[in-house]
Amino acid sequence: MKRFLPWIILAVAAASIAANWLPSKTAGGDFDFGSFGKIPVLVGGRVKPLDTVARNSLLIIHGKEELRLEDGRRMSAMQWLTDVLFNAPVADQYPVFVVQNADVLGLFGWQQTDRKYFSFADFAPFLKQIDEQGAQSDKLEAVQRSAYQSAILNLRNGLSLYQRLKNSIQPEGADNFSAELQGFESSVPGAAKAARERAMGDNFDKSKLDDVAHMIERYERLSEMAYLLAVPPLEPNGEWHSVGDTLLRSVGTGEIHPIVAEYAIIADAYRANGSSLFNQHVQLMGDWFAKEQPNATNRASFECLFNWFQPFSQSMTLYVLAFLLACASWLGWSAPLRRSAFYLLLLALAIHTFGLVSRMYLQERPPVTNLYSSAIFIGWGAVIVALILERIFKDGIGAACAGAIGFVTLIIAHHLAGSGDTLEMLQAVLDTNIWLATHVVAITTGYSAMFLAGMLAIIYVVRGVFTTSLKKQTADSLARMAYGVVCFATLFSFVGTVLGGIWADQSWGRFWGWDPKENGAVLIVLWCAIILHARWGGFIRQRGLMIMALFGNIVTSFSWFGVNMLGVGLHSYGFMQKAFPWLVGFMISQLALMAIASMPLEKWRSFQTGRAPSRGGQPQISPAPSAG
Amino acid sequence: MLHRLVDLITSLKLTIICLAAAMALIFAGTLAQVHLGIHEAQQRYFQSMFVWWPPEGRGFKIPIFPGGHLIGAVLLINLIAAHIKRFRWTWRKLGIHLTHAGLIIMLAGGLFTDLFAVESHMRLSNGDTKNYSEDMRDTELAVIDTSGDDLDQVTAIPESVLRHNRVIDHWSLPFRIVVRNFYQNSRLKMLSQAGESARPIANQGPGAMIAVDPAPPATAADERDVPSAAIEILRKNGGSLGTWLVSDGLGAPQTFDCGGRTWMITLRPARYYKPYSVTLQKFTHEKYAGTEIPKNFSSKVTLIDPERSVDRDVLIYMNHPLRYRGETFYQAGFQPDDSATILQDVRNPSFIAPYVACVIVAAGLLVQFGFHLVGFSRQRRKALA
Repeated sequence: MKRFLPWIILAVAAASIAANWLPSKTAGGDFDFGSFGKIPVLVGGRVKPLDTVARNSLLIIHGKEELRLEDGRRMSAMQWLTDVLFNAPVADQYPVFVVQNADVLGLFGWQQTDRKYFSFADFAPFLKQIDEQGAQSDKLEAVQRSAYQSAILNLRNGLSLYQRLKNSIQPEGADNFSAELQGFESSVPGAAKAARERAMGDNFDKSKLDDVAHMIERYERLSEMAYLLAVPPLEPNGEWHSVGDTLLRSVGTGEIHPIVAEYAIIADAYRANGSSLFNQHVQLMGDWFAKEQPNATNRASFECLFNWFQPFSQSMTLYVLAFLLACASWLGWSAPLRRSAFYLLLLALAIHTFGLVSRMYLQERPPVTNLYSSAIFIGWGAVIVALILERIFKDGIGAACAGAIGFVTLIIAHHLAGSGDTLEMLQAVLDTNIWLATHVVAITTGYSAMFLAGMLAIIYVVRGVFTTSLKKQTADSLARMAYGVVCFATLFSFVGTVLGGIWADQSWGRFWGWDPKENGAVLIVLWCAIILHARWGGFIRQRGLMIMALFGNIVTSFSWFGVNMLGVGLHSYGFMQKAFPWLVGFMISQLALMAIASMPLEKWRSFQTGRAPSRGGQPQISPAPSAG
Repeated sequence: MLHRLVDLITSLKLTIICLAAAMALIFAGTLAQVHLGIHEAQQRYFQSMFVWWPPEGRGFKIPIFPGGHLIGAVLLINLIAAHIKRFRWTWRKLGIHLTHAGLIIMLAGGLFTDLFAVESHMRLSNGDTKNYSEDMRDTELAVIDTSGDDLDQVTAIPESVLRHNRVIDHWSLPFRIVVRNFYQNSRLKMLSQAGESARPIANQGPGAMIAVDPAPPATAADERDVPSAAIEILRKNGGSLGTWLVSDGLGAPQTFDCGGRTWMITLRPARYYKPYSVTLQKFTHEKYAGTEIPKNFSSKVTLIDPERSVDRDVLIYMNHPLRYRGETFYQAGFQPDDSATILQDVRNPSFIAPYVACVIVAAGLLVQFGFHLVGFSRQRRKALA
């Protein structure tokens, strides 16, 4: 049993992940939303599948990637988006908009109750008011906004996104879009003739001109509102356009773009509840894209797979399990539990790596391009180093660190994803793969190592003070690991910081500008230097190293998140009010651990019973080979 | 006594104290940037010998913390002294020596940059040609003799002189300039809009119709001060010509006659003239399709340098500056309506120092930690055997 346990646990975990791949019955009847979700569109400068647009829009508006209706039915993001695009009156009734701020509710004369989701129809009478209030707070910097002002601005942005989505494919409320387009197509030549006649001064048919003029006005509105650029170019290297824009362009040619015509049929079929016609034309459109836009189509269907597989939440679960198994291994039955944890971590890392590499493929960028991806990468780097430690020391410590850091960083990433597309396009100055691949990767690897060293210290303190499981050998191993990891962190933080300076010198002419993010990075380098010198000078030993590594957590979290909250400088990408209490809480917890670690050794449970690595003083470790 | 002093300045404790002080300073300086702005905080915390309290002029001030220059200098001395005293060549110490040699280059280079680097801006509209760049903060009072046939004779008086001197008497000018008021930062308003109590500070030119309100120094990164001054022109033999308002907020130069010649005066950003000229052919601002996210900015310019017979077109874009005759031009910004480009012009004689230092330190750290790793795995193999 002991020999097989790790394999059994691994097999169960792998099977439960694989079970996700089994086809599940779609909630939306017979409509093939899966295939429809793979259709590529251009939003935010990037070609992505409709499925991604649906998930991100719902995340922005609703805060979740799935919608739960009032009667308890679940609705996928894609089903919701299809309703919004083609069947607005129905979508207007869905409770998607989140409002929890009592002042915002009060604006409409509503009292705060348990209800926090509202439909577009609920807000319809107040749109002008919301727009005015939102416009006022839009003038302020994010830091200056009150809770009410942030909430009303969020609502305004959500409503605006929703209204743009509704007018992306067809004018909102169009009953029979195909017929409308046919009418438009057939009346364009007559109107063109009438326009020519008017220009020549001949008699012309005014009604023909008026018909088309009315339609043009309608499509101009559509073109202004559109959120999706859904129509791909027909010629190579052409540009994507919105449906409205494409229709305006077809006034000249007199021909409707095949994709616009397909969308119209799909829209009409959906409203008429004709699932077989819908599916058939989604299929046709998919084939058209595969032939005309093979690259965009491949990428979009891969992105759908990525969306649907959710590699980061899968590995998050595995990290927790592995962490628990590793901790349990210190209490007894060590070898099999430890090995189980190790195997689970390898599986989790493989899935984590798949997610990371997929993002790189989709974005055609090095791994870290924004705060979200930095969290993913920090976790990934720390897990790898921790697994190497586990492989060397085989005592469950590396495994516990890997599980804990992997889980926490992915949770952080999950909460950073609320603002929409995490694969957003990069500002001009960041548009350089060389520096993203070197400076940013080195800096974030430095963060990984600092957090890993901090995690080792947490294990040292918690096991030493609260349990009797910290034997001399374990304590020595922990110290050696922490020391090695700090060395690693020093190297990467230093190189990363200086590379950042060199990038700055290349792109705006100064090596060092005292920008908050630069200061944060140099704080880490300085702290590493202090730790190493204090140890080489003999000012600290094992416990001192651990306390300093705990403080390293504080320095690193300040550098990673804290400086962004100051709202100054070139690196301040996004003020995160919501993260602030968490950051402060984390720092306080580390200070508390430092205080606990500073208690006399007699109070440490592991060192009470004469099992101390060395009684009466600080535990000794042999100095490093080349301590200077 | 000397012995103890040597011990102190070469001690590892001093190193650690300096590093810790640097951390505290950087942390405090970073937080201070929120209220002071990056430039002001940098001056007070990092480019100073001491951080003073209280920061505003209250008649007294006391140093409360060592500033960046002091900490940097002590660290540099400590580092160099410790190496001179303890230097012993062994392969074992190669990593440490390399790391510290690199750090010495970096610190010294940083100090050098602080002292000698000059940053300025060149703002060009499409088709503009300029042979000078403008300082981002400092202004100068330019007094221009326009009577020459081909060339104007310009006498530039730096802002620091205006701020501290009441009377300016220069051999090239047939008159004296008396500085009546000087405002570091100000708001200009037409008298008609400024309310009943407002009074002009000048009696000549447009300044007679303008009220000047003093304003606190600008802190935001994209704001600059609008200095203003009232200056009176006195003939050398006595007698006033009147008082003029000069301000960075006023547009065209103002003219007056004196000594049979016509003069122009204007308070403008301080200029750095160059032996070559730059002409903007075209500024391009690309965005990602369907968004407002900038994809690229680029300026196509023509560089003309008669001295070196250079006449060529250059494309300056993000991460690709133009380096020419010791100066570097970067794409730094643009006018909101894309009608003009702003190039940042940096002259930094020690820009190469960090590049060299980075390579040396990284190599040093690799060697040093490599030794640790080899030692560790050797120990471990022994323990397992």
